[in-house]
Amino acid sequence: MKFNTVIIGGGLAGLTAGISLQKAGCSTAIISTGQNALHFFSGTLESMEDAPQRVTDLFAEAGIALHYTPGVRLMPMGTFKKAALSLEDISLFPETKIGQKALIVSFTGYHDFFCSFLAEGLEKQGVQCRIKLLNLPELEQLEKSPSEMRSVQIARTMDRIWETVVREIRILLRDEDTVILPQVFGLRDTSVLSRIRQGIPAQVVFTGTLPPSVPGIRTQILLKRRYELLGGTYLMGDEATGAHVYDGAVHSIVTHNLGNHFLEADNFILSTGAFFSKGLKSNPFEISEPVFGLDVEQAGDRSDWYNPEFMREQPYMKYGVATDSSLHALKGGEPIKNLYAIGSILGETRPELGTGGGLAIRSALAAADEILKNTKE
Amino acid sequence: MKLQEYTSSTHNFEECMKCTVCTAYCPVLQVNPLYPGPKQAGPDGERLRLKDPFFFNYALKYCLNCKRCEVACPSGVKVADLIQAARIKYDTSPPKWRDRLLASTDFMGSLARPVAPIANAVTGLGVTRTMMDAMFKIDHRRTFPKYSPYSFEFWMGRHEKEQAAFGEQVAYFHGCYVNYNYPRLGKDLVKVLNALGVGVQLLDKEKCCGIAMITNRMTKEATRNAKHNVSELSKAVDKGLMVLTTSSSCTLTLRDEYPSLLGVDNSSVRDFVIMASRYIYERLEKGAALRFKPDYHKKVAYHTPCHMEKLGWGVFSEKLLRMIPGVEFTMLDSACCGIAGTYGFKRENYEASQAIGQPLFDQIKAVNPDVVACDCETCKWQIEMSTGYTVMNPISILAEAIDNNKTE
Repeated sequence: MKFNTVIIGGGLAGLTAGISLQKAGCSTAIISTGQNALHFFSGTLESMEDAPQRVTDLFAEAGIALHYTPGVRLMPMGTFKKAALSLEDISLFPETKIGQKALIVSFTGYHDFFCSFLAEGLEKQGVQCRIKLLNLPELEQLEKSPSEMRSVQIARTMDRIWETVVREIRILLRDEDTVILPQVFGLRDTSVLSRIRQGIPAQVVFTGTLPPSVPGIRTQILLKRRYELLGGTYLMGDEATGAHVYDGAVHSIVTHNLGNHFLEADNFILSTGAFFSKGLKSNPFEISEPVFGLDVEQAGDRSDWYNPEFMREQPYMKYGVATDSSLHALKGGEPIKNLYAIGSILGETRPELGTGGGLAIRSALAAADEILKNTKE
Repeated sequence: MKLQEYTSSTHNFEECMKCTVCTAYCPVLQVNPLYPGPKQAGPDGERLRLKDPFFFNYALKYCLNCKRCEVACPSGVKVADLIQAARIKYDTSPPKWRDRLLASTDFMGSLARPVAPIANAVTGLGVTRTMMDAMFKIDHRRTFPKYSPYSFEFWMGRHEKEQAAFGEQVAYFHGCYVNYNYPRLGKDLVKVLNALGVGVQLLDKEKCCGIAMITNRMTKEATRNAKHNVSELSKAVDKGLMVLTTSSSCTLTLRDEYPSLLGVDNSSVRDFVIMASRYIYERLEKGAALRFKPDYHKKVAYHTPCHMEKLGWGVFSEKLLRMIPGVEFTMLDSACCGIAGTYGFKRENYEASQAIGQPLFDQIKAVNPDVVACDCETCKWQIEMSTGYTVMNPISILAEAIDNNKTE
């Protein structure tokens, strides 16, 4: 099968590149080994303080509303973190002060949202907190299997009964100016978020839960749907196991599922992520990139990879695939002319592109632009 | 660096990072609170089971074996294999008669086919269904697939000579459904392949791939069939033939379930067993041509069966359908239809089965296609029964669209 561009890795970076290229009329395929880091998405795109219109447009066309208000957001431990470009789930405040009194609401049997930590953190900052657990008959079903009472399972129920939750909260609410809820709303329909905000006579703040991230899964579903609607081929659950590289250029990709049916293309994008997604692999002697055997920037001695003090900054987090200034990946010190590395596989070796979501999106757009420029020429 | 090889665990269960992504994609977990979910039933439970078989949980029977957890897993854990393997290993109670009945598709087919009109009439009766529900807990709301009055093998026997006349040959593993219930799909495949200048032959004697036996714990019978089929497939492969299939579930079983769940080595034949849609796509890509009826028009919505999703080959069916002039193509969201072979026939699963499929049924009704395309026979029964829309295998749509007289 032949495409203009084959993208290895179907997370935020891969989908952003794929959507941009399909929109410009290039045929693409995305190979995705399982689901991706969007399932752990906080809802804020880091390092996007300038909020390029291009990014908000790209998301808006996929049905994802981003809002841009540089400030801080509330974290699940009751602390605050700087944030700017975010999903509509995320409330952004100009300063680390959300109100006088907060009502924290969660659900009986739900263990992935830590109300007392949140309250403790907020009380340190002078916010008086009250915790209430809702006991909803609709969730009793889920409680039968407590190990699986997870954000997504609750979110599926909430898609149906969010109005009940609003009603319950209206009854519970006394003189609190703020209501804090776990991010388990609007999995299928984001309009639920604003309807909840309208329905409760206080400021409503949705706060992160343990994974999987409901806003993240929604983002993944919508981006993938947009990509496929534009004619992209998303190969879910497949894995690139090798590549044919001749004369400094990639010719085709071998995948686990397609076997001897190779995926050919003029351009290739590597967005396989870092260690968790196995874009980078390590053994006691080296850190390597498994599909092409690309150059990975790393300290020579293993003892320099990490800091024995676990909570300190870890050097290995910065390691990534080496590229030239147009993101061509290097192998044996030489750039492969039609292979671009994007997203967290770059590590933080290119700080000008930012970290996390920012790195994914900026590098994806840069690679797509480069490909379009070369295609036109 | 052999470290990884030495430390790798059965079905990769130690690769599990507890990220819980699989639980977000399990269709059963969304509708049945009695099911512990893929993470708990798979890698988490495996740790306990290895410690003491006492920890085996009989609720694992609610697993559909749809493999969507494996497709979603970012760490390469064979979650569904872990669950099915645990059921085989630890649940040693004899399978129920009902399960044996449902899983013995080959046996039931050979019994019912000679008396097809009677069998069809009888299984269609309300009273029969009520009786089957009462006696066997086979749900009375379920419609039964009809049996064909003649088998596909019989039809092929009568066309053996004309098929042998083609210079190029492939073998066809038709499966129980084509043989006993729906020979038309087999005939459609023959029509399309003949149009490409390829003749079709059968294996000397194929047996049911055994997928329903595996999920109903008839492991001994499944292993017997697996060994038989691998040996039959080898004969065809030795003759230099590719073996084509039209059912995604048979294909997954022949290629992947034999070694991973039954311990039957199929490495000599695995790469030669492929879906017909992939074979035809590859022929066309290499320059073969089909001529299509100029006035053909159909609005087609494609449903990716779970096992096709696991194979990763839905793309071939999609591209083939998109190739047909006059086909207006919609890709449905990839989601389980809920039947999962014999699962949805069981009374205890009927409600869950229909609830799982509901989003898919709703989407089909919203798209309102002329026909739903799908490479799986049990999905076809489920979708036809639950939506009223006709479901056709992509091969049948292709056969309907080609212009037989003008094909080169």
